[in-house]
Amino acid sequence: MVATARSLPLLSRLALGLRRTGAWPVIMAVIALLVSLPVLTVLSQIFVPAPEIWSHLASTVLPRYLLNTAGLTLGVAVGVLVIGVGTAWLVVMCRFPGQRWFEWALLLPLAVPTYVIAYAYTDFFQFAGPLQSFLRETFGWGAGDYWFPPIRSLGGAIALLTLVLYPYVYLLTRAAFLEQSVCVLEVGRTLGRGPWRLFATVAVPLARPAIAGGAALALMETLNEFGAVQFFAVDTFTAGIYRTWFGLGERTAAAQLAGVLLLFVLLLLVIERASRGKAQFFHTSSRYRELPRYELSGARRWLATTACLFPVALGFLLPAGLLLEMSLTNGDQQLGWGFLGYIVNSVSLATAAALGAVGLAVVLSYGVRLSGSGFSQAMVRVSAMGYAIPGAVVAVGILIPLGWLDQRLYGLLHGEWGWDVGLVLTGTGFALVYAYLVRFLAVSYNAVQASLTKVTPSMDAASRTLGRTAGGTLRRVHAPIIRGSLLGAGILVFVDVMKELPATIILRPFDFTTLAVRSYELASDERLSQSSTASLAIVLVGIIPVILLSRAMRRSRPGSGAGEA
Amino acid sequence: MAKRTHTTAWMIGLGLATGASVAAAQTLNLYTARHYDSDEALYQAFTDATGIEVNVLEGDSDQLIERIRREGAASPADVFMTVDAARLQRAENAGILAPVDSEVLESRLPAALQHPDDLWFGFSERVRVVYYNTDVYDEPPLERYEDLADARFDDEICIRSSSNDYNQSLVASLIAANGLEATEAWAEGLVENMARPPQGGDTDQLRAVAAGECSLGVGNHYYYTRLELSDDPQDQAVVDTTALFFPNQDDRGAHRNIGGAALVDGAPNADAAVQFLEFLASDEAQRMFSMGNNEFPAVDGVEPIEALQPYADRRLDELNVGVLGENNAQAVRLMDRAGWR
Repeated sequence: MVATARSLPLLSRLALGLRRTGAWPVIMAVIALLVSLPVLTVLSQIFVPAPEIWSHLASTVLPRYLLNTAGLTLGVAVGVLVIGVGTAWLVVMCRFPGQRWFEWALLLPLAVPTYVIAYAYTDFFQFAGPLQSFLRETFGWGAGDYWFPPIRSLGGAIALLTLVLYPYVYLLTRAAFLEQSVCVLEVGRTLGRGPWRLFATVAVPLARPAIAGGAALALMETLNEFGAVQFFAVDTFTAGIYRTWFGLGERTAAAQLAGVLLLFVLLLLVIERASRGKAQFFHTSSRYRELPRYELSGARRWLATTACLFPVALGFLLPAGLLLEMSLTNGDQQLGWGFLGYIVNSVSLATAAALGAVGLAVVLSYGVRLSGSGFSQAMVRVSAMGYAIPGAVVAVGILIPLGWLDQRLYGLLHGEWGWDVGLVLTGTGFALVYAYLVRFLAVSYNAVQASLTKVTPSMDAASRTLGRTAGGTLRRVHAPIIRGSLLGAGILVFVDVMKELPATIILRPFDFTTLAVRSYELASDERLSQSSTASLAIVLVGIIPVILLSRAMRRSRPGSGAGEA
Repeated sequence: MAKRTHTTAWMIGLGLATGASVAAAQTLNLYTARHYDSDEALYQAFTDATGIEVNVLEGDSDQLIERIRREGAASPADVFMTVDAARLQRAENAGILAPVDSEVLESRLPAALQHPDDLWFGFSERVRVVYYNTDVYDEPPLERYEDLADARFDDEICIRSSSNDYNQSLVASLIAANGLEATEAWAEGLVENMARPPQGGDTDQLRAVAAGECSLGVGNHYYYTRLELSDDPQDQAVVDTTALFFPNQDDRGAHRNIGGAALVDGAPNADAAVQFLEFLASDEAQRMFSMGNNEFPAVDGVEPIEALQPYADRRLDELNVGVLGENNAQAVRLMDRAGWR
C-alpha cells in the first residue's frame, strides 16, 4: 500500500491520507479561495462609486454592448446546440458513410483559436478579399452593385464562433450518449418511440447535464471573447471592458462591467439548475453492451454525411487550408529552430496546466459529492467563474495579489538579508500556470462533474460500507469509472491553454514566446499572412491531443473491453 | 501542502524563468510594446557596443504598464518602450516613469518629441495620412483633416475604430488645434461620411480604398510603405490604385505620433537604461529603429529609408506630443458621443 502511494500523484496521495471526510470541505475551501482570488480582486472594485463614467457609458455605448452581447450569446447558443447535439447523436446512434471518421473529425475545430479563424475568414470573405474580388472581376460588378453578407458583422461573429465552439457541446454530449444504457433506449423502443422521438424524449433529457455543461463552456467562451469580436467590429461587453479599462483608463468602471458580466453568467447557470428541478441523472443499470445503431438508408445516409461534413469543413478544413496557403506563399520569415522553442513552451505550459486543472477538478467535484451542501456548490461555482472573465482582466486580477506578495517577499529577503532574488512569483511559470488554472478550472470541472453525476451513489455507499475511506473510494471506485472523462477534461484544458493569449502575453517571463504569442505579435502588427505560420502550428499541435481524446472516449464506454479496469 | 505547493512553484519557476530574475551586473531589462523582427538586431547592436545584455519582455502597452505598477519596487523593468504618445502618457499617469537628464537626448531629439519634464522621448516619427483611390481622384480631393467632415465626401471614407490609439491621438491633436466643440462637430460629420462601420486595421482601410469600397481612407504612412515594398502581387495591386498625401501642409502640418521610450522609476540598472536611451538617439540606432517599421528617424540629418525620400519636405505638426496624451481621455469620450464605434 505504501509503495503504491509513493507512485501516485500528489492529489491522490492527499486523498489517501485523509481518512476522515471532515477535511474535504477545508481543502475545497482553500482551493476555491486561491482560484477565485483574482476574480474577487477585480470584483472588489464593484463597490467603489463611479457615477460620472457610468452616465457617460450609459448614454453612449452601453446599449450597443448589451444588444450585441445578447444577440451573440443567443445566436451562438442556438448554433452550438443544434450542431453539437445533432452530430453527436448521428455518430453515436447511426451508421452512415464516414461515420467512424467523423467521430474524431468533428472535434478538429477545437484546435483552431477563435482569433485565428477570424483572421483567416475575414481575409478571405471581406470586400477586398479574394472571393469578392473574384466575383467582381468575373461579373464586372463594382462596389454597391451587389449584396454580399458582410463577414465583419454580428452575423459573421455568430457563425464563426459557433463553428469553433460547437465541439464543446459535441464532446460532452457524445460522451453522455456513449455512456447511456441500452436498457433505457430499449424501454423507449418497446413503448413505440421512433428514432426522432427517442432522441427528443429519452436521450436528450438524460444527457442534459452534459449538454448544459458543454453549452455553458461555449457561452462563457463567447462572453469572454475579445480578439475575434474586435476583429469583427462587434462591440460586446468584453470589448467594452477592454476599452473602458485600457482606453478610458477607468479601472473601476471596467471592473464593474466585468461584475455585471459575471452576474449575467451566474444567472444563466442558476436558471439552468433551477429548471432541472430535483431530477437525477445517474444510470442505475450496470448492463452495458454495444449500442444498437440505426442503419440509415438511401438519401438519408448521405444527408447524415453532409450534416457532419458541414461543420468540419467550415470549422477546420477551410480555415486550415487558408492558413496553409498563406504560410506557404508569405509565411513567417523567422521560421527555424526558434519555432521549435515556441512549440516546447506552448506544450509544456499546456501540460502543466492540464494536470493541475484536472487534479483540482477531481478534488472539487468529489468534495461537492461528499458534502452535497449548497455552500460547497456555491464555492465551486465561484471558483469556476474565471472562465467567463476576459483573460486580460484575469491577468490583472492575478498581478495585483501576486505583485503584492512579491513585494513583501522582496522587502523581506532584500531588506533583511540583502538577497536579491527579484520577483519570485510574477513573471515566472508559476504565475502563468496559476492564471490558466483560474481561467480553465471550469472546463475540467464541468467535464469531471458531469461524469461523476453518472456514477450512482449506491456505489459510494457500498464502498464506504466495506470500509474504504472517502479518498480510497475516489481512487478505487470512481477513478476507474470516470478515467475517460478525466483524460478528456485534461485534453480540453491542454487545447485551451495552447490557444490562450491575453493572460500569457502579460504574465510571461522575459524572452519567453509561445506559438499563440508569436501569432498575435505578427497579426497585431497587421502582418496576417506572416502570422499564419504560428497559427497553423497551434492548430497542428492541437490536433494530436484532440485525436487522442477521441480514441480515449471510444474506449471509455463501459463494457467496450479496453475500458475495463 | 503549503510547503509542497511552494516547492512546485519554485520548480516551475526555475524551469521557465530566464536570466531576468537573476541580477547580473551588465544587463538591461526592456519592457516593450514594439515587436518588429528587426528590433533584435537593434538590441544586438547595443550589446556589441556596450557589452550590456538585453532581456526583452514584449506585450500590450497598457498591460505592461499594469505589470510594472504591480511589480512595484521589486520590478526588474529598466526601460519602457512603446508606440503612440497617449500610451506614454498613461505610463506617466501610472507613476512608473522617472525623468532623464541627458545632454545627448536634449541636443539630438527635436523639442516637440521630448516630454516637457523629460519623462519620455520620441525616437521615430509616424504620420497619420490620407489614402485615396487614384481611379476616382487624380489629385488629392482635400487638403486638411478638417475637410474629411465635409458633406461632399458622403459615404466615401474608411477609417478604423475609435478604440484605436492612432485615431485617438489624431482627435487629440484636433482638439488642441480647433477646440473641443469644433472637433466634436467634425467627428459627427466624419461619422456621417463613413462608407462602412469602422472595422479592421489601417491596412484594411488601404485595401478597401484600393478595392473601391471607399475612395478615401485614413491610416499611418508606413502601412502604405510596407505594401509598396512587398513582393506580393496583391500588395502591389493595392499600391497601383492608391496614393497617399500628408494633410494640412499649408497650416500646422500633418499629425505626427512617435515610437518612444522612457526610464522606469526605480530601475535596477538605471545607468544601463540611460545608456540605452542615448544609444537609441545615435545615427546607427536611429536608422535601425525607424527602419523596422518604415518610420521617419527623429534625429535631424539621419536619412529615412529610400521609399520615404519623396516625403522629405513634409511639414509636421509642431505640437508637443505630450499634449496628445493629455487630451486622450477627452478624445475618447468625444468619439463615443459622436457615435464613432
